[in-house]
Amino acid sequence: MLLYFIKRIFLGILIISVAVTLMFCMIHLVPGDPARIMLGPRATPEMIADISMRMGLDQPLVIQLMKFLGNILKGDLGIDVISSRPVTAIVFGQLPYTLWLIFTAIFGAMLIGIPLGCYSALHRNTLADRVTGVISVACITAPSFVVALYSLLIFAVTLKWFPAIGAGVKGDFFDQATHLVLPAFAIGISWVGYLSRLVRASMLEVLGENHIRTARAYGLTEFTIVYRYALKIAILPTVTVIGVGMGFLISAAVFTEVVFARPGLGKLIIDSITTRNYPVVMGSVLISTGLFVISTTISDLVNASLDPRIRANL
Amino acid sequence: MSENVLRIRDLSVNYQTDRGVLKAIRHVNLDIPKGSIVGVVGESGCGKSTLITSIIRQLDDNADIPNGSIEFEKQDLLKLSLDKMRNISGTKLSIVFQDPMSTLNPVLSIGRQMIDIQYRDKISKKRKKQRSIDMLTKVGIPDPRNQLNQYPYELSGGMQQRVSIAMALQAGPSLLIADEPTTALDTTLEVQILKLLKDLQEEMGCSILFVSHHLGVIAELCDHVVVMYAGEIVEHGSTYEIFNNPAHPYTVKLLECDPASISKKQRLLPTIPGEIPDLINLSGGCIFKNRCDQSIDRCDKHTPLLNEFNKNHFVSCHLIES
Amino acid sequence: MKVAIKRISSDPLGLLGLCLVTLIVVSALGATIFAPYDPIQLNIMDRLQGPSANHLLGTDQLGRDLFSRVLFGGQVALKVAFLTIGSALIIGVVLGMIAGYGPTWLDNSIMILFDTIRSVPTIMLALAAVAMVGPSITTVIFVIAVSSIPNYGRVVRTQTLTIKSKDFVKAEMLMGASLLRILSIHVLPNILGPILILASMDIPTVIALEAGLSFLGMGVKPPTPSWGSILNDGFSLIRNTPWPIIAGSIPLVLATLGFTFLGESLRDLLDPKLRKFL
Repeated sequence: MLLYFIKRIFLGILIISVAVTLMFCMIHLVPGDPARIMLGPRATPEMIADISMRMGLDQPLVIQLMKFLGNILKGDLGIDVISSRPVTAIVFGQLPYTLWLIFTAIFGAMLIGIPLGCYSALHRNTLADRVTGVISVACITAPSFVVALYSLLIFAVTLKWFPAIGAGVKGDFFDQATHLVLPAFAIGISWVGYLSRLVRASMLEVLGENHIRTARAYGLTEFTIVYRYALKIAILPTVTVIGVGMGFLISAAVFTEVVFARPGLGKLIIDSITTRNYPVVMGSVLISTGLFVISTTISDLVNASLDPRIRANL
Repeated sequence: MSENVLRIRDLSVNYQTDRGVLKAIRHVNLDIPKGSIVGVVGESGCGKSTLITSIIRQLDDNADIPNGSIEFEKQDLLKLSLDKMRNISGTKLSIVFQDPMSTLNPVLSIGRQMIDIQYRDKISKKRKKQRSIDMLTKVGIPDPRNQLNQYPYELSGGMQQRVSIAMALQAGPSLLIADEPTTALDTTLEVQILKLLKDLQEEMGCSILFVSHHLGVIAELCDHVVVMYAGEIVEHGSTYEIFNNPAHPYTVKLLECDPASISKKQRLLPTIPGEIPDLINLSGGCIFKNRCDQSIDRCDKHTPLLNEFNKNHFVSCHLIES
Repeated sequence: MKVAIKRISSDPLGLLGLCLVTLIVVSALGATIFAPYDPIQLNIMDRLQGPSANHLLGTDQLGRDLFSRVLFGGQVALKVAFLTIGSALIIGVVLGMIAGYGPTWLDNSIMILFDTIRSVPTIMLALAAVAMVGPSITTVIFVIAVSSIPNYGRVVRTQTLTIKSKDFVKAEMLMGASLLRILSIHVLPNILGPILILASMDIPTVIALEAGLSFLGMGVKPPTPSWGSILNDGFSLIRNTPWPIIAGSIPLVLATLGFTFLGESLRDLLDPKLRKFL
């Protein structure tokens, strides 16, 4: 068990280092002065000289790569070319907004999607199940930015039920919550569909297993059987899926943050591309990749500790 | 005549399939006297599992029961509401399934599952736990207190089957259904489990409906044997009668095919030629006629009925009637 | 094929998918014939109109006919989907077979590479690329292709490993069959079915990604019409008129829905086992 944890965490670190290496290669593959490419056209000559020195551009590539990795390990993602503040500080300043958005969306989706999936599984092939199924697929395929645009158009611009722009006043919980509703809805709706289908499928599989027949034969109530015996197994794939889904969640957050002009990682990166503030772009990409790797690692570890069968094989 | 725990009368079960209605069992009558062990034997596909699942009311959605009754302790199980049925399941009527490795919930500890099934009893959790420990001791599980914290996969197949038996007998049922409980286990374990079942049955005084395709096991354990073929009971009687004086051609062949009964070294193992008839398109007459080497004209047209052939021995075959 | 068509027609959702896909493909391919206006022709006099007989979906802020732009936008969407999935498929199949067939170290390195690509959110990868080389349709195709290679590669690798361990393949290897022969005769035909189904189910994702990037202004460059760029125009005009958003989203939603229904229907009928993978 411990060995598996160590292995899994090591794999996570390895993936992040490979990603950083690939990014390093990309910067060096694009023709031109790497320092200029990294900093973009806005950089002053002093900045270019500074980064050239810090990267050791006169040294062999391998040493440069090591330095690059070392800097990142130290939490040094470079300097914002516009405000001259460290990129790390800027990215981490925006990150909480994105995390709040993602967690609200996925939590809401779980709250609706999982019971919906259970319901569909228990009422298999009824009209309600079929309708839920079709709506779920429609929800899954609807691109998040289209949902975001429509909810902005309908609920914010036309009906004015919810605010359209920003994340709300700092410290005012209610205001922040109302600003969270529409963006979280735009991200979460496809997950409602996705989770409900996933839970339905795994629930049906579990309900067909022999131990459920045993539980029935012992006269356990249907509630116990479904929600305590079957769901505990049927829920396991969702943990994995949510971990892997972090990538999609981050992507969806980029769109919704743009649509609702909400601060966050996505808004930051888009703004930085428009202002050609490349160090911030690279920093955001790295941080979001790190976030993704961490979440898949955690979901694997959680899965391993929840499912005694996986534990057994470790 | 002693009282019967289970009385099945004229039970038929149909399955709706893509090809039509599959008549899995037809007009089955079966009695299980109090305190006795009744064995049901037959090839796979003869309706054994359908019989069991209809007793515990767990037939698939595509099954229906056009006629018949299953009287358990004077009430017809088929007419009970699901709630009433739930009250009987696991208390008075228990079952041990075939594959021990998959009958227990894989993500819950043994203890949790054993305590959960006592949910009807209004006693403290501590007492429930103690009861579970006592029961595990009874079925011969070493160090039961620690086993409660184990998950099923941490136990061997034999141990898991012992746990299943402990759970089935926990509430002191009057009827235990054993659905090929030893098929998935190797021979030494099989003997141990059978002995355990017999001992516990004597101690607790319950009846057992023991289903198997293994004749040796049936002979070892049962007081009474029921031979099923293609959804019908073709012969039943006391174990001694069936094994020493088999009358139905199918039973005779079944006994010939049992590897344990083959004494001489034979080049070919005996088999029963032919296949089980198609249960969707049944063509009247005797069910065994197309595999029977003694069939006569009557077998084609008339369905034979169960007739008393000897004391406590019934056979449905035209050859015996005449 | 005949059976497939017959089976699809018995599945209402699959049939709906087929109809939608046909509609999208035909209208995109025939855009030059069906489109009433030039999609990039400015007509400031007629700007920001609602739907009318002249302009079925209205006009945008530059007076361009939205219906015509939608039709031509379909061309972009299908072109990106086709080129992206085609190239990702070929590279994925090759890498997957190499991983499945090659030595362990090569297998491991390819898998690490796949895992790495999968752990960069596609949008982030695209944005990084756009930051470095600028937005263009080529960048979009390149990035989406790179990020979907692992999807195919992993399935191909698993299937290759399975087939490699089959007795008839082992026997041929003992008889001295070349690697190329085994891969092309035994492995390729066996993986083609699942891979093509996987590819068909990827189409809606790719279409949505292209539209998304164009929406962010990081994809297809103006004035080339794309569903995403129509939505981008609509976003900036959201307080004035809803029509560009409606015009851009309808074909996008219809296309993703259509390809999804069709893909799921194809999967269920050709290879029910695959359900577990996807």
